[in-house]
Amino acid sequence: MVAVASSDAELRQRAWDAAAAVTDPEIPVLTIADLGVLRAVELIGDRVEVAITPTYSGCPAMSMIALEIELALARAGFGETKVRTVLSPAWTTDWMSEEGRRKLKAYGIAPPLASTSRRALFGVQQVQCPQCGSEDTELLSEFGSTSCKALWRCKACREPFDYFKCH
Amino acid sequence: MATPSIIVSEIPLVLYTLRRADDALILGHRLSEWCGHAPALEEDMALSNIALDLIGQARELYAYAAEIEGNDLTEDSLAYLRDVRQYRNLLLVERPNGDFAHTMVRQLFYSAFADRYWRAMMGSTDATLAAIAAKSEKESAYHLRHSSEWIIRLGDGTAESHARAQAAVTDLWSFTGEMFTADASERGLIEAAIAVDPAMLLPEWLATVSQVVRQATLALPENDWMQQGGRDGRHSEHLGHLLSELQYMQRSYPGASW
Repeated sequence: MVAVASSDAELRQRAWDAAAAVTDPEIPVLTIADLGVLRAVELIGDRVEVAITPTYSGCPAMSMIALEIELALARAGFGETKVRTVLSPAWTTDWMSEEGRRKLKAYGIAPPLASTSRRALFGVQQVQCPQCGSEDTELLSEFGSTSCKALWRCKACREPFDYFKCH
Repeated sequence: MATPSIIVSEIPLVLYTLRRADDALILGHRLSEWCGHAPALEEDMALSNIALDLIGQARELYAYAAEIEGNDLTEDSLAYLRDVRQYRNLLLVERPNGDFAHTMVRQLFYSAFADRYWRAMMGSTDATLAAIAAKSEKESAYHLRHSSEWIIRLGDGTAESHARAQAAVTDLWSFTGEMFTADASERGLIEAAIAVDPAMLLPEWLATVSQVVRQATLALPENDWMQQGGRDGRHSEHLGHLLSELQYMQRSYPGASW
């Protein structure tokens, strides 16, 4: 499938595009590129090396994502793929793309706010309801259905919603 | 047929990394025991989330210890095939969950320490340890906030929750001193700026814990006699029971995977 005439740059771009289209198994509207989890794609001979960074240390989605990347590259016609995990620099929600934030909100998850103090007790964050846009919301639980989310409730439309935690 | 246990060498960097990994794994396992039993669904999810963070931190540290030690060790063999005396975690983290107040006080004492510890370790001259610390620090900040808020709610709550929270603070106090000790093996790494000197963190830790406890209308005990032994592999009877559950599958079905 890989055209012989393709230049290295084109091949690399094709490998990047294939890996970048892999979605997060827990939040399927986001690709790993939107999340900032995909760090690098390199071609070494006919091998592809992909570097990803975990969101949270124990995030169980990481092994699923690594498997999906191998499959995506195989489907795009690449040979052996090696996925490696890089820890430094540590992932931050600042790496989430604008497009990713927009998609999250449309999906019903409030996108992460710009850095707030993670150490202030009974914090005074103002999270906007992704359903009705009201800012009259309250925190139900600091820890939600996945490592990266907290559970909130909107006092205006009464809907509970997930908030993608600032990290 | 029984699986032979592994014994790791006393290379200072391996020992140092294992101590941090064991703290995270054992506390993570303790918190996972709450899964399905917490007082409310939100809290069940919170404790499981924190357990997951801790087990994730342990995996990164074990993987690094295995890499330095060599001998075909893996993160799994370090977790599943060491006997109790080979575990080097703090006595604090192996304490049984007790009631919710006990679990939360243990979490406050450890998180207030870990939060500072990881922040200091971000400056380690060992690039892998610094990278693991930078990830863990973000997580421990949430853990500290979560347990601090609970201690304040419980202490400054009903007469019953106040009494239970105070009993937990009193019971667990003597297990806090061990966090700030370092032996000769660790001292060398501290001098090389690879390891963090835990004694340096005591004033800040005490300030954080005292402030939360005061706001919770609770009091820290006056006694300063402290338990020790975990860092050298001398544990309470509770760790063996914990490991028998944690290691059951690999001990009974060696090499099982899915």
